Amino acid sequence: MADLTTNFIGITSPNPFWLASAPPTDKEYNVRRAFEAGWGGVVWKTLGEDGPPVVNVNGPRYGAVWGADRRLLGMNNIELITDRPLAVNLAEIARVKRDWPDRALVVSLMVPMNEGAWRDILLRVEDTGCDGVELNFGCPHGMSERGMGSAVGQVPDYVRQVTQWCKTHSRLPVIVKLTPNITDIRQPAQAARDGGADAVSLINTINSITGVDLDLFAPEPTIDGKGAHGGYCGPAVKPIALNMVAEIARTPSLAGLPISGIGGVTTWRDAAEFLALGAGNVQVCTAAMTYGFKVVQEMISGLSQYLDEKGLGSVQALVGRAVPNVSDWQQLNLNYVTKARIDEDLCIGCGRCFAACEDTSHQAIAMSPERVFSVRDEECVACNLCVNVCPVEGCITMERLAPGTIDPRTGREVRAEHGDWTTHPDNPGACAAE
Amino acid sequence: MAANALTPGIVAGRLSPRDYATNFTDLHPPLDPHEAQVAADRCYFCHDAPCIAACPTAIDIPLFIRQIATGTPEAAAMTIFSQNILGGMCARVCPTETLCEEACVRETAEGQPVRIGQLQRHATDRLMAAGGHPFTRAAPTGRRVAVVGAGPAGLACAHRLAMKGHEVVILDARQRPGGLNEYGIAAYKTPGGFAQAEVDWLLRIGGITMRTGVMLGRDVTLADLRAEHDAVFLGIGLGGVGTLGTPGEDRDGVADAVGFIADLRQAADLAALPVGRDVVVIGGGMTAIDAAVQARLLGALNVTLVYRRSRERMNASRYEQDLAASKGVHIITNAQPVAIHGNGAVREVEFEYVDDDLTPTGVRFRLAADQVLRAIGQRLAGDDLPALAQGRIAVTGAGRSSLPGVWAGGDCAAGGEDLTVTAVAEGRDAAEDIHATLMAEG
Repeated sequence: MADLTTNFIGITSPNPFWLASAPPTDKEYNVRRAFEAGWGGVVWKTLGEDGPPVVNVNGPRYGAVWGADRRLLGMNNIELITDRPLAVNLAEIARVKRDWPDRALVVSLMVPMNEGAWRDILLRVEDTGCDGVELNFGCPHGMSERGMGSAVGQVPDYVRQVTQWCKTHSRLPVIVKLTPNITDIRQPAQAARDGGADAVSLINTINSITGVDLDLFAPEPTIDGKGAHGGYCGPAVKPIALNMVAEIARTPSLAGLPISGIGGVTTWRDAAEFLALGAGNVQVCTAAMTYGFKVVQEMISGLSQYLDEKGLGSVQALVGRAVPNVSDWQQLNLNYVTKARIDEDLCIGCGRCFAACEDTSHQAIAMSPERVFSVRDEECVACNLCVNVCPVEGCITMERLAPGTIDPRTGREVRAEHGDWTTHPDNPGACAAE
Repeated sequence: MAANALTPGIVAGRLSPRDYATNFTDLHPPLDPHEAQVAADRCYFCHDAPCIAACPTAIDIPLFIRQIATGTPEAAAMTIFSQNILGGMCARVCPTETLCEEACVRETAEGQPVRIGQLQRHATDRLMAAGGHPFTRAAPTGRRVAVVGAGPAGLACAHRLAMKGHEVVILDARQRPGGLNEYGIAAYKTPGGFAQAEVDWLLRIGGITMRTGVMLGRDVTLADLRAEHDAVFLGIGLGGVGTLGTPGEDRDGVADAVGFIADLRQAADLAALPVGRDVVVIGGGMTAIDAAVQARLLGALNVTLVYRRSRERMNASRYEQDLAASKGVHIITNAQPVAIHGNGAVREVEFEYVDDDLTPTGVRFRLAADQVLRAIGQRLAGDDLPALAQGRIAVTGAGRSSLPGVWAGGDCAAGGEDLTVTAVAEGRDAAEDIHATLMAEG
């Protein structure tokens, strides 16, 4: 069985599954239950500066997007940072870390944009014996209106400045948690690195309204007839998170910057995808909030089985394996020609491929009166839409035309060599191939 | 002493009041809203969907299921009713396992079709419970049409004609409208007085006069109807029942299954309804199944359904056969009756096994019986009708009979499938043809 032990910026944990800073990690009781269930680490829910704790709404904090059978596909929240006294949190963190020395315990922080505030809280947090801190530059709701959270994360100069303060005033490893509510994730990542961050974690939640109450004409979640945007999370955000992780992982100036992957990790497979795109571990929240802490057992067994099947002896062996294959569009091989192939034995005759292709694409699927569906190679551009809409896995596949054959759509011979846009004759800016 | 399951003869009150109530509740309880959502989510919204092609009334099934899935069951019901005004009854009685659900691609894929019938009921129940009536009439045309028979074909025809602005009078020989919906379908498929409630709801469109207790050929002639109306639609069903031609058929205790079912449907108190201890049902169609199952549910100790051909040849679907078996009905195939024994009342029925081509094998057996129910098919009754073909009213196109201005549909017309839903389709299509014809006459 593959060893899932992970060393992330010097912090070891028995597996790469950490609970993200969020409601599940707000207090000792929950975190102990999480460790008992098998979680490799937690990022304690964000602490603010000493003084009167923040106040949360007393109406719904969460909104939801459901799929079939009320499967939770996406969730958003308008909860703020911890609303419990700082001293209580610090005492609990110290107790938990003492009792669970093999687990990662990182503390999330968010205080106002001044050096003194950060210095003060870092000194107190260090005393807990925790393994590191995560700077919450991500929460897009509530705290951002007070100049914190994503209000910091959206300004690279602020990201760098606060990171520098933290590295100056603490020996603890510093993880900078990034907001996705920006145009180019590489900018704040670069700023974090420039400020001396040990790692970045991403993504935090996405600005969102999960729905509109069509009786009240109010956004959801609705508090007394009004709604404010919240942070979106859960399976629905995974594709956005994967892309942002990959963008950082493949950017040369950011090479080697450790990444903690966050965003819709629900199964071992999701986690493996983040790892392959360069994350050194993953953080989970919505899956735990949906199913309880026990889900980590499936994540552990699944990732372990996968690593064994692939002959990868450790988590580290998987990290970043897909990064070299993340490419710019202009480098994609235009000589790679595929056609859809429909397996008649698997086909159940729903005709969705036909409707999709006929109505919205290239009229490349023929339908016989007996409901036999076949691909018209002379029209098929291999867009993959038929594969995506087919309800039967494996029924429609994309098969490559062998080099040397004629593509019936273009009438041209399929070339064996790589050929992309940079050298394509139709590209006015193409350089002649060397 | 009160009767029980072991009491010989045809007696009432074999069960406790609670057993009667339990036995005759809904066979399939309606889906609750969440169940409906889950069931609706399974629909793939097929292109040119096979289920639509399999529906005799061509309801746009994927559309109405999507309307349920998106929280608008009322719109779903309108999609259904615009094609099939008796969509509520059809949701309950259609053999969906041989129609839409058999064609469902998820039946192909995994042997579990989308629950189309149940979803249809979910939608139609919702709209019907809202009260009122969702269709309105076109401007009056001044044309009058007589519809003979208040069964599914006649009701569907009348509703469509009324919608087009015609004045309609429906005549029915029975005391209550509904035809087989009211008199001929198993009680557990349509409990709670649904058949009458549906007729009441349908008539709310207005422009339809219902005259029950009026029989064609007895109280009124076809010639009179033709003289007094611009068109006539015959949806008179099959009023006659077949006989076995078996010696001893006249013994007490031998009766027609359709009468047994009709009595059951009209009974105010099921406990007052007598049933045999050893019941033999002869036949292989839906009527035979309905009679056999209900005999068991009324407390008969032994119910045997005997059919002269193989299981595969039975008109009742495999689903219905399995339902009967699950209710304790013993099914014997490839056997036909040769004698009904007894002294005054029936005591035994003697059968002989036959090949699929009905060649006797010489092997015989006897079944104890104090009640024998014939369910060997119905036939058209009455004279004074248009020309016949294969014993039913010959039709061309959308139900045009041999007589000008006379249309026919439902079981009485040749070429149908003896299904409620087929009757609805034929009544509806005849109405459209009548309307087009009358309007073309100017």
